[in-house]
Order: sequence, then structure tokens, then C-alpha cells
Amino acid sequence: MTRTRIAVVAAGAVATALLVAGLAGARTSSTGRAHQNLAVSGTITFDGIWTASSGQKQFADVVAAFNKTYPNVHVKYKPVGDSLPTVLATAVAGGNPPDMADIAQPGTVAQFAKQGKLKPITYAKSVIGANFASAWQQLGTYSGKLYALVFKAANKSVVWYNVPAFKAAGVTPPKTFSQLLTDAKTIKSSGTPAYSIGGADGWTLTDMFENIYLRTFGAAKYDQLSEHKIKWTDGSVKTALTTMAKILGDTSNIAGGTSGALQYGFNDSVTNAFGSPPKAAMVFEADFVGGVISSSTKAKPKTGFNTFTWPAITPGADAGGVEIGGDLFVTFRDTPAIEAFVKFLATAPAAEAWAKQGGFGTGNKNVPSSIYPDPITKATEAPIGSAKSVVFDMSDEQPPSFGATAGQGEWGLFQDFLKNPKDVAGIQKKLEAAAASAYKKGK
Amino acid sequence: MTAGGITAEPPIAAAPPPSAGPGRLGRYLTSAIFLAPALFMLGVWMVYPAVYTIIRSFFGQTGFFGHWVGIDNYKTLFTTSTLTTAIKNNAIWVAVVPALVTAIGLVFAVLTERVRWAVAFKTVVFLPMAISAFATGVTWRIMYQQDPGLGAVNALGKTISGVFSPAGVLSSASPSIPALQSKGGALVLKTATHPGGVALLGLTGIAPDQVPKSAVQAVQPAPKPGDVVGAVWRDFKPGGGKVGVLEKGEVGLPGVTVELRDASGKTLQSTKSKPDGSFDFSKVPAGTYHAAIGAQTFAKPFGGYAWLGPNLIVPSLLISYIWIWAGFAMVVIGAGLASMPRDVLEAARTDGATEWQTFRRVTVPLLMPVLSVVFVTMIINVLKVFDIVYALAPQSEYAKANVIALAMYFAAFQGGGNFGVGSAIAVFLFLLVIPVLALNIRRFKRES
Repeated sequence: MTRTRIAVVAAGAVATALLVAGLAGARTSSTGRAHQNLAVSGTITFDGIWTASSGQKQFADVVAAFNKTYPNVHVKYKPVGDSLPTVLATAVAGGNPPDMADIAQPGTVAQFAKQGKLKPITYAKSVIGANFASAWQQLGTYSGKLYALVFKAANKSVVWYNVPAFKAAGVTPPKTFSQLLTDAKTIKSSGTPAYSIGGADGWTLTDMFENIYLRTFGAAKYDQLSEHKIKWTDGSVKTALTTMAKILGDTSNIAGGTSGALQYGFNDSVTNAFGSPPKAAMVFEADFVGGVISSSTKAKPKTGFNTFTWPAITPGADAGGVEIGGDLFVTFRDTPAIEAFVKFLATAPAAEAWAKQGGFGTGNKNVPSSIYPDPITKATEAPIGSAKSVVFDMSDEQPPSFGATAGQGEWGLFQDFLKNPKDVAGIQKKLEAAAASAYKKGK
Repeated sequence: MTAGGITAEPPIAAAPPPSAGPGRLGRYLTSAIFLAPALFMLGVWMVYPAVYTIIRSFFGQTGFFGHWVGIDNYKTLFTTSTLTTAIKNNAIWVAVVPALVTAIGLVFAVLTERVRWAVAFKTVVFLPMAISAFATGVTWRIMYQQDPGLGAVNALGKTISGVFSPAGVLSSASPSIPALQSKGGALVLKTATHPGGVALLGLTGIAPDQVPKSAVQAVQPAPKPGDVVGAVWRDFKPGGGKVGVLEKGEVGLPGVTVELRDASGKTLQSTKSKPDGSFDFSKVPAGTYHAAIGAQTFAKPFGGYAWLGPNLIVPSLLISYIWIWAGFAMVVIGAGLASMPRDVLEAARTDGATEWQTFRRVTVPLLMPVLSVVFVTMIINVLKVFDIVYALAPQSEYAKANVIALAMYFAAFQGGGNFGVGSAIAVFLFLLVIPVLALNIRRFKRES
């Protein structure tokens, strides 16, 4: 009895939905506003990192833009939050992954691809090719097959500085690394430590190393190191670490000194540099620093804080390369609805739906820089689309046990390096040992 | 479904022997039906995961059955330094926490029997138990901050040390010219001066808001015969300026203690600088001298201990964990005390035993069963400790503060999902807990 009633109600609901959809379709097609595809239908489950406070709404706008063309595809988004890698790993191991997911670590994508859990997105190759430079396709390719679309990218080659502190020291944003070191000395003389380092979060340190490595040796060598084709005991790593030690070793010029830096997390490093009074003058971190500044300090754009591009180290084509962190969209199943959604995500309208609201960067070259809502966002996001060389955050590309685990592997060892920046050779040996064992295990 | 649950548990659902009568069969069936839901739950949520974990621990990262690695995961457990640190740390926890918690709980319990406001005191000591361990971790993490402006523990240290060694007015300043050198905390101008000479003491590293309000444009004083004159000033203007030269836009530093020292380093005269930073030592006999800025000017304020640093992180964790559990121990031991026969104590006192002897020879032995319950419970708790370490230790010290349960979490869920190693750690932890558990069960049996 009850069951039949439910069935009747459900049937009614479906009929109404179809009717509404049909009417909607008829209306738009009659006005000729959008070409609609009613044939493709279905539900796509999507696990993402964005929650109500951090981008779920914006992603819903992207889906809404998609539904204009494909009204019969329902994207069921699940806001998993920061525990996404854990949830996803468990779901995959249990054999019941979502249709699509957003993964921040290419290393995890590689692992899933190797295990045969992912479906290739070869069908979207031509759309991606029309919208992205080839480097971006490379970022989503694993052992020759395209598995992921880099939908959202964060520019990690940015330095944020406290404008009043720079003014008090009489320095302007440096263009080269040697100028940066000179300026840092001047800033210290003015009475404010130059560097704010969030060493309690190991990834802030690896990001700094990666920018230095990219700017010293270029993208090609950078990729070799991230694939462990160059060993960590290599001379190039030694050079990069020695360069990095010029910052980390300048202890009296770091907010809180070495032991302070080891206890400050990423958020602390931002509030230290932009709180009042400031405890430091600059932070080396990605475009998302802006969000922390506006939510936890009173500093205002342009008059309180501003950005400059990570200074060049070795002159050359890659001196202005961009290191990105990002969201890789992967598919665990293959249906017409999923194919349609992936293809749509690679187009400019998909990126624009989010980009115009800020907090979003994309490698899509067809997105005009005028879409970004304010000058600082434009300054940090526009280079992502126009950069000649783009590399993914190296620590995210490596096996997570080496590149993305708190207190061990790369994160832990760079924290050891912050503790003792003099021991370059010792840290190289430990990095190589940890990398070797992680790559061996991953096989 | 119910039938499946029963057959999955052969020992209990075993069919009765054929010789049994129909009445006996009915009884078995009834009890089986009543037991089934509980057994089903136990099976699904306890037995199956446990067995699966044990099996999983012999397989590698990628595969289920198909990637057999034997005892490799266990080898990893005992050869990876972060994991061996975890085991060592757990040993420290077991050695320190149960004993201290029991001891402190005992002291509190005995004392609260004798104070007024005992209920209030007990409530305060027990209160940490009402807070989740994670929240406790976060709270203590803030209290342990090294910056005395943030961390309560170091703020206390700063208040105390401020009384004994106050901070100097220019604690962060450093010399701008190489000739000005640090000597026993003071800054001494290495270049000798003489009557009629000018000593310039430039300082940098002073933030604009640290400059005393009365400061004005620094002025280079004219030499005076028979006097040693000079200036202390903030040798910095935007862009850096010329080092060692008093320029426009650079202010004097007033109120700085300037000393005139002879060649042997003995202080002959001492004065304070004026608003423009100038100073003047008058009637100086002929000879060579050194101008210096007194050590008290640069006395560093108490910078705080690195409670969350590599050396103190484990003790810091232990302290906050004991803070949580001391209340629990106190309440349990207090209940034991309350049910203790008073006449035995009376008898001991009548026989002339001192309070200490009564406590040592009568109270403690009588409380032994309760104490051992607390002790054993704490051992189990401590072996499984996870949340407080996760919440309290900064990421940079996870390797130092690691414990077995945390290592398991990182291996299985954070380190790229190596469920093999994670399972092996879980099995190892299980093996550690079993003897303690067995001990507890045996005692329960004996008591009943």
C-alpha cells in the first residue's frame, strides 16, 4: 500500500520534472538563447574539497552554467572538505568511488591511474587542446594517457609583501633574487624582520625550494627531479638548497627566529606579516594568501598589502615560470553525462563562471584577464594562463608518503633543513633515501 | 539475514547434539534468536574488521589479494625511523603517565577528604575530563606558544623574569658599523677616541614605533677640546642611507646609557643621550678611550621556551595528558577511599601510627585494587593515545612526538593510503594492548 503510493508520487514527480524541463527547453530554444542538449541525461556524483565556506557556491555556479546546455544532467556534489584524500582513498579501496572527484595531488592521481581505478578522458583531448597550452595537457597525462583536467590552479610563484613595511625600509619589490637579499637586509635594518615563514606547515618550505629550483634550473630539469630521474643528491639540488639557506640561515631576519618559524603555521605566517604591528615584511606563498589576509587582518589591498612575482634567479626563459598548485578533476566512470561535463569544464565559460568571483586561477588561455574582479587577483591569476612554462607543485607530484605527509618525507626533512640550514649535504642524503624508498613502494 | 548472522558464528550457533530432546533444541533456538542481533553487530563491527585488518597487513599498498608481501609491512614498522620513534615514545608514555596519574590522583583524593570546599576542588580537577581531548590539545597548543604575547605558559615566565631582569629599551637594535662591537652584552666602539674627539654610535634594526617619542633629527656634535662628544642615533632612513653618517631623516636615540671606558675596559663616566642623540663627557684627561653603550640597553626580553620545539614536545604532551586524566584518577580513588572501613584507620591511629605511616601502611594497601584499576586503565589509554598528539604537536614536530596510533593514521590515511603498513601498525598496537587487557579481565573475574 505504502509502496504503491510512493511509486505513484515518484512517477508524478518525474512527470512534472519532465514537463517542466520540456517547457524550459521549449522556452529557451524558442528564444534561441542557448543550444540545449536534452538527449544526455543522468546523475554524476562528485566529491570535492570545497565546503560551504570555501567555494561550494562557486562550483555550483559552474554546474549551473553547465546545466544551461545539459539540463537533464544532475551533478550531485558532495562537500567532503580537507579530509577528501582520506575519504577518496577509502572509497577507492572499498570499490565504490564517486563518478568524479577533485584531487589536489597529481601523485595520488598517478597512483590511482597505475592501479587502473581511473577512466581516461581522451574524449576531451581536442577541447582541452583548443583551450589550454600543451603543458597543461601534460600535467594531466600519466603513462601516456590523459586522465585529469586541471580545472582550478593556484599561482604559487607569488610573494606577498607588507606595503608600509616596504615603504618604511625604502625598498621596492625586487626583480632578482640578489636584489631580494639586499632588500631583506635593508628591511632588517629598518627594524622589521624581512621574512615570515610558516615552517610548521612543511609545504610552505617545499614551495619555496620548488620556486628556487624552477628559477635556477628551468622546467625541464624540475620535471626530471619531480619524477625522481634526477637524484636528490644531485649537484643542482645542492645549489638550490644553498640558495634557499641564504633565506633560512638569516635567522635574525625571520619572524620569531628559527624556532618561531618552526611553530608558525601557514596562517600564522600571514597574520604575522599583515597584522598590526607587523612582525615581518613578506610571505612567500601562493595566491590564496589574499584570502587569509582579508579574513584575519585589517590590511587593505595596495595600501596594506601587495604582491610581486617570485624574483628571477638565473636569467632565461624559465626565470618567470609559474609553479602552480591545483585541482585535478578525474573520472572513475565513463558515461555520456560525465563526458559532456568534462568537455564543458575545459571550456572558457566554465572557468569564467568561477573566475569572475575571485579566488580562482586557470590555465585556460581563452579566459580574458579582464574577468578577474580586482587588480591584485588579476596580478596573481592572469600569469597562470599566460605563463610560458608551468610546473605543478613538485611535492604534490611525488608519492604522497614522500611529498605530502606531515612530519615525514619531504615536508619533515625540509623542516629539519630549516632547523639547520648549514647541513646541505646531510639533508640531501636523507631526502634521497626517503624518495628512493617511496618510489620503490609505489611500484 | 538473521540466519546468516547465526551461521557466521559457528561456536555459538552450533547445532545441538542429535541426542538432545526437542525441548532442549527449542531452548537453544530461543537463546540463539535473542543473541543474534548482538552477535551480528559484534561480527560486523568487531570481528570482521579485526580479521580483515590482520589479513590486510600481509598485503602491499596497491592490492588486495594479489600483492602478497609477507611480513614486509612489519619489517617496515621496525626499521623506519618515524615508526621506531613512535614505539619509543609510547614506551615513554607508558613509563611515565600511568604512574604519575595514579600518584597525583591518590594525593588529590586523600587531600580532598580533608579540605573544605572539597566538592569545588574536585569539580575543578575533574573538569578537564569533560573537555574533548582534541579541544584540550588545541588549548594547550595555544598555551604553549613560544611567543610570550601568545602563550600563557611563557607569559607567566615573562612576568616572573621581567621582575628580575627587565628588558632594555632597544633590545632588538644592532650596530650599523663594523667598528661597533658587542662585548659582554654592551656595544663598544673599537676605534679609540681621545679628548677633543667625536664618537659616533650608529644603531639599526629599530622599528619606527620603538623609537622614543622625544627623539628629534640627529645632529653630529662639534668636537670640544677636553671633552669626548658623540651621538647615538638610528642610522637608517628609507632605502638604507649611508652607513655611519648622520643624515637628514635619521633621528637621535634619547635616553641611551653611554659609557666612557679606558683601554682596559673600565667604565670611567656614564651619561644619557639627549633627544638629538648627542652626549658629552666633560673634563676627560688626556689618553685613549672607548665609547660604549651599556649592556642594559640591549637586555633581551624573555623570549619564552620552545615548549612545542623538538626537545620539550614530549614532556609538554605528557603534562597536558596528565592534566586531563588526574581528575579521573582522583574521582575513582576518592570513591575507593570513601568505601574504606574507617575503623581500620582509627585502629592504626590509636596504636600510635603517624599520619604518614597510616597512609603508607594502611590506606595504600587497602586501596591497592582501586589503584591497580586506575593504573591498568591508564596503560590501555596511553597505548592508544592519538587525538591529543594530533591536535597539540605542530606538524614540524610530528616526527619527534609520534605515537603508534598517530603513525597508523599517517601510514594508512595520510601517507598515500598504504593500508598494508597501517594495518600492520594496528595489529602491533592490538598485540601490545592484549596482555594488559587480559590482566584486567582476569582481575574482574577474580573480583566477581
